[in-house]
Amino acid sequence: MGDEIKTVKSLDLTGLACPMPIVKVSKAIREVNQGEVLEALTSDSGALADFPAWARTSGNEILKTEAEGENTRFFIKKN
Amino acid sequence: MDAEDKLKELEKEINALKDTVVKFEKNAPENKLAMVVFSGDLDKALAAFIIATGAVAMGMEVVMFFTFWGVPLLRKKEGTSKGKDFFGKMFGAMLPKGASKAKLSKLDMGGMGTQMMKHLMKKKNVASLDDMVSLAAELEVKIYICEMSMDLMGFSRSEIIDYPDLGFSGVAKFLEEAGTSKAQMFI
Repeated sequence: MGDEIKTVKSLDLTGLACPMPIVKVSKAIREVNQGEVLEALTSDSGALADFPAWARTSGNEILKTEAEGENTRFFIKKN
Repeated sequence: MDAEDKLKELEKEINALKDTVVKFEKNAPENKLAMVVFSGDLDKALAAFIIATGAVAMGMEVVMFFTFWGVPLLRKKEGTSKGKDFFGKMFGAMLPKGASKAKLSKLDMGGMGTQMMKHLMKKKNVASLDDMVSLAAELEVKIYICEMSMDLMGFSRSEIIDYPDLGFSGVAKFLEEAGTSKAQMFI
């Protein structure tokens, strides 16, 4: 599979409400190296706007956003 | 004008430009949020802490100033009336002892609304105000408490919670922080 994204860390943030998803993601991104990808699964629908806003501000990149039923999976590359 | 004069002129201009850049850099706002927490209402305080912790996640430094009704949010659960005058004792008894005792600004309905909201928050996995204060501490959010409010309400420093980065100040400290911050709020 050519479009498979290799991730080094996976976070399950389902059930967590604002602001916990971005608080946890911002903590976790510190633990990965530059260029590595972190994936995060969230049930917070606000995250659809919040994760891109967080990524733009913190200078990281969202490679892919996948809907999984009620949840959303983000693939975030550390820049 | 010969080449040497032109060069000197140019050097002068560059130096003037450098000075301007230094001045701008000195006055540029830091990536910081300065917030006044005036309200002691549960809902408003929750919003304040959500914004504060969210701001840290966004890479900002955060300074919160607690004044007036916001101050009791930072009291310990077990209050003390030792050495207080009549008004101090009255404020001490009537104002909430800590974040867990804060009430909603609307629909409190004699405490019933607040209890219902707390129940709902738990059910929907929204962190309690107490948890948010702990999270703010962990995320190194700085807190200043208005010295005048402390004095006015007769609170002693021993009544204030143990928080890692907590200080007491007046308005000048807030204005200094606000002046160097790129975002300021009053809640």
